[in-house]
Amino acid sequence: MSILVFAEHDNSTLKAETLKTVAAAQAIGQDITILVAGYNCQSVVDAAAKVNGVSKVLAADNAAYEHQLAENISLLVVELAADYEHIIATALTTGKNFMPRVAALLDVTQISDIIGVESSDTFIRPIYAGNAIATVQSLDSKKVITVRSTGFDAVATDGNAEVVVLNIVTDAGNSSHVSDELTKSERPDLGAASVIISGGRGMQNGDNFKLLDGIADKLGAAIGASRAAVDAGFVPNDMQVGQTGKIVAPDLYIAVGISGAIQHLVGMKDSKIIVAINKDPEAPIFQVADYGIVADLFDALPELEAKL
Amino acid sequence: MKVLVPIKRVIDYNVKVRVKPDNSNVDLANVKMAINPFCEIAVEEAVRLKEAGIATEVIAVSIGDKSCQEQLRTALALGADRAIQIETSETLDSLNIAKLLQKIVEEEQPQLVILGKQAIDSDNNQTGQMLGALTGMPQGTFASEVKIEGDKVNVTREVDGGLQTLALNMPAIVTTDLRLNEPRYASLPNIMKAKRKPLDVKNAADFGIDLSPRTKLLKVTPPAERQAGIVVETIDELVEKLKNEAKVIS
Repeated sequence: MSILVFAEHDNSTLKAETLKTVAAAQAIGQDITILVAGYNCQSVVDAAAKVNGVSKVLAADNAAYEHQLAENISLLVVELAADYEHIIATALTTGKNFMPRVAALLDVTQISDIIGVESSDTFIRPIYAGNAIATVQSLDSKKVITVRSTGFDAVATDGNAEVVVLNIVTDAGNSSHVSDELTKSERPDLGAASVIISGGRGMQNGDNFKLLDGIADKLGAAIGASRAAVDAGFVPNDMQVGQTGKIVAPDLYIAVGISGAIQHLVGMKDSKIIVAINKDPEAPIFQVADYGIVADLFDALPELEAKL
Repeated sequence: MKVLVPIKRVIDYNVKVRVKPDNSNVDLANVKMAINPFCEIAVEEAVRLKEAGIATEVIAVSIGDKSCQEQLRTALALGADRAIQIETSETLDSLNIAKLLQKIVEEEQPQLVILGKQAIDSDNNQTGQMLGALTGMPQGTFASEVKIEGDKVNVTREVDGGLQTLALNMPAIVTTDLRLNEPRYASLPNIMKAKRKPLDVKNAADFGIDLSPRTKLLKVTPPAERQAGIVVETIDELVEKLKNEAKVIS
């Protein structure tokens, strides 16, 4: 049973989530191939070759794949699909974008965002914003799957896979990249961080998010936000944790001034330890927090920073 | 330019769903239903394009039993010109939904199809992309800004590291993210007017598509409950617990 795993990367670094997606692939079967599609992405190919449990790396290095446009990538994956029974990508924005196109071109449906594998055709995935867990069997001949990386543990990176350079170029020619506006940060990626501190509406404004910086520095944490904080314009949307933002499961999640709406909880309730700092003792966040402190965040944050 | 907006009837986003005791599915009996929030944003965007003089006609379409006419009427009250219901009592997989929508696209020839990025019940995030593949149209998913420039549409997308802008040749597919716009409320006069707007009913079986299921739902269970922990009195106590009890910081 052959499995094709799509590597998530930014043309220079293989994203840590791919290591978790490979773990999901291993739960399904053996004979795993990674596809690296990008432009000037040799460093990603090298990193992919070291991923444990992978036998082959397919490298498609071409300008047509630089921005991983769904139209071009989906055609490439479909070209390769004949040799694989399972086609798997991480449920990050790139994978979510092109994989359903792959599925439709192959005339199969997709199983999105799996958090568990029961067998090679049966998968576990959350529905209704994580308020129910469905066990779903795919009846299609090929399985097109996206993986929620927080459901799996990363595989190690001391492997040695064979690299095969692909000479296929698939360019649909109906879309083009205009510009990127990426948030620059020295902090760890939200998806990969072992500690996350998030602010909500209680932070009151964007400037007050600076109160989280010192604590994040001391803990090596990433900084997240609730939708309320993003909608109010305090911070950019790529910091949003929740149903429509990022799903995270760090060792420690500190929620500051976040009430704990369903849509936020779905994004972080699989964290190992949850700490809530909120002045409202009735806030729903306290129902999931391992440790809560009822306090004004403007008093609590400086004190916490000083005592870490 | 015609704009097609597929919408879905789903459980209201404020409702806490309950799993049925026999674990066959969630219990939707007597639960408040509404238009999927992302679809509402799609309708709003289409209506704004019409108000800006760019779109000439906005067509809302929904697939389901008679009850989804309620959401189509909502879309009409928000400013859509006419509606199409594709009648079926089956629960369809997203590929089959996309195939039905493809037929409507062939009939109506819209320049733009605007969908929500995901339905808050199945959380699939697939239909728009699948429709793109089936029609050969390019796609701008997770859109936070849509600008028509000649025969192209520039779509700014919410991606993991920030924002990305793409230029798509029209006809094209756009799927909406939450920050694309803030949907308006339907006024009472508009709700009354919507009752007289055309709503065509077509039968899913008449399209000649094999709609047999692609997936089988074996079981639905409630998620593992998280137990509430303890409330500490001081920051000192919190730091001490995190270091020595939870051992998540050193």
